[in-house]
Amino acid sequence: MTIQFNKETFRDDYSFKNSDWAIQRFPFPFHEDSYMYSVNMEQHRGGPAGSVYEKRFDVDEHYISEMEDRAMVLADDPLRCQSLPHMTLAGWDLLELIMVSKSEDYPDLFELHREGDIWRWINKPMGIDDTFTFLDETTLPYGPMEYITRQTQGDFCVLDQRDDNLWMDAGMVTTQADWSLDFDIGMNFFEWHAPVPLAHEKGIFKRALKFLLNIQQGAPARRLNWTMTVNPLLDTSPENYHKWGIQKTTLTPENIGAKQHLRVELQSFFRLPRSNALVFPIRCYLIAFQDIVKSPKWGRRLHRVIRDLPEELATYKGFIDNRPMMLDFLSKYDDGLPTSPGVFPDNETEPALQK
Amino acid sequence: MSAAPQRAKAGAEKIEVIVSAVLPLNNLVTRFEFKRKDGNHFPTFSAGAHTVVHMRDGDRQRLNPYSLMSDPADTETYAISVRRDDEGRGGSLFMHNNVKVGDAMEITYPVNLFSLDLRAKKHVFLAGGIGITPFMAMIAQLERSSDPWELHYSVRTEALGTYVDQLVSKYPNKVRIYYDDQSQSINLENLLDGQPLGTNVYVCGPKGMIDWVHKTAAAAGWPDANVHSEEFTAPQPGKEFQVRLCRSEKTITVGENESLLEAMEREGVDAPFLCRGGACGQCETNVVSSDGEFIHRDHWLEPDEHGNKIMPCVSRFIGKSLEIDR
Repeated sequence: MTIQFNKETFRDDYSFKNSDWAIQRFPFPFHEDSYMYSVNMEQHRGGPAGSVYEKRFDVDEHYISEMEDRAMVLADDPLRCQSLPHMTLAGWDLLELIMVSKSEDYPDLFELHREGDIWRWINKPMGIDDTFTFLDETTLPYGPMEYITRQTQGDFCVLDQRDDNLWMDAGMVTTQADWSLDFDIGMNFFEWHAPVPLAHEKGIFKRALKFLLNIQQGAPARRLNWTMTVNPLLDTSPENYHKWGIQKTTLTPENIGAKQHLRVELQSFFRLPRSNALVFPIRCYLIAFQDIVKSPKWGRRLHRVIRDLPEELATYKGFIDNRPMMLDFLSKYDDGLPTSPGVFPDNETEPALQK
Repeated sequence: MSAAPQRAKAGAEKIEVIVSAVLPLNNLVTRFEFKRKDGNHFPTFSAGAHTVVHMRDGDRQRLNPYSLMSDPADTETYAISVRRDDEGRGGSLFMHNNVKVGDAMEITYPVNLFSLDLRAKKHVFLAGGIGITPFMAMIAQLERSSDPWELHYSVRTEALGTYVDQLVSKYPNKVRIYYDDQSQSINLENLLDGQPLGTNVYVCGPKGMIDWVHKTAAAAGWPDANVHSEEFTAPQPGKEFQVRLCRSEKTITVGENESLLEAMEREGVDAPFLCRGGACGQCETNVVSSDGEFIHRDHWLEPDEHGNKIMPCVSRFIGKSLEIDR
């Protein structure tokens, strides 16, 4: 299909919106009516046609606007993109992975032509047509990781693997849920996850690390994570908390349906071939509450999940103060009927709202 | 989440290959080269990676891990070098005696449990015998990126010096060979002393050599993180034993010349695995009950886990009864 790219903003006037197509394919993260941490990994090998799981790197209607927002964030704060000296090879690995995947998965949008080490990359939506020498940094306008992630939706953490641990040694992070690459750079897996409540006690991170260390070439994995964001902000970074944190106090019963967004991260994991590093793309999808409840199943379920979420998690995810107002809104879309299992909206088979 | 539920398969992804060359290098070691059956390119790999070769030996499936020793940048051909082990369980003998040019085989995607530390200012390689194989790929990778390295390679005799001529002629100032039969040995204390800060040492060879390098480096004050080793334990033959698989509701017998993992596979039990050498941890299995003695041969379990876990790829059991959660 041909994607119509939106002209929209994730700041100031917040003109971001999801089309009906984007709402339908939103990666709703709850497969049942309650939520608790788990190592909810599965293989990343496609998914239903048209879903965000289908391609290795999903491209959607927000592509151009997200890349413009990233460029603005980087202009204000270049430390959002960092790569320690030993990670350059992993950067080339990532560039190759994305160029090969996108040109195969979206041949109408991206082309890659390779003659030995001389590569030509065409990115039609962004109007880019560059020829460069693979593994020669002097032939690109940025380092290889920065070059390709300025053209790819989602944040990217490039993790070095050594001493039976993973190390946050490179990344492009401009659409994050309140964590900082500049703070975490050089940390290992347990160090950068230290602030997360409950999961350490449950042994989640030990199991997750073991799983990640064993991710092999040719067998990528994925999982979903989620939080809440007031206004469709991509850049909810600690560096800019003074700008966006205060916006959480602007919710009213009248505007909550439009302003309150569920923020879902499609996280995937690929072993990189030359460096043996692991790349961890974190793709952020936003959806307004008023768009979620268009699917009766999602409305019912979201109400139940938010209502029953442990207090620590609501606090960690930053919406404990707004939870009562969220529940007032969501309860109007929960008639107590059972929901079908799985994450998909099942709009054809689920009953309409009975109140 | 369950966007597209798929059951994870045991082992790494497989690639169908054709044997494109069989080159005896000396009395003990033969080099095997593979091309892809579908004519595509192999995935690039990182130096230090291995592949698990699937051999169909009559009714029996043999799976042995071998280091990839070709140039990682060469995606046309993968190469391994196999040392014949006359006392082993037969995998290397099968490779030497039965595998011919043109044969179709299956190998897995590369898996790396012995990767270079790319932060290193200098890489020092210590090889013993067939332990040279991962360093062949590492040298090719570092030559391409112009990073400093040196190799100290201990072999039994000149006749058994696999790749010695090639290494010495190509890198005369970076390679030193030590011949056991001429009473030459690596002077490790001297070698470790005076290396530039940020040097990493890698050792691949017999267990005694690996232990010696770790011990000597630790005594010289080297941080553990700068000393890397790869030791694949080939599963050793042992006495036949019975095991109850409680999840599969089966009782099976592990024969003298097969591993517990192979016995489970023979019985159609889909058990997880990756390296088949006791190093990766993937096949870790809980012990439900046992009356007898474990023979743990892996490099994965901690000593305090030895009573309640077993790595079926290399470890065995002697005793009255064993029940595992598989």
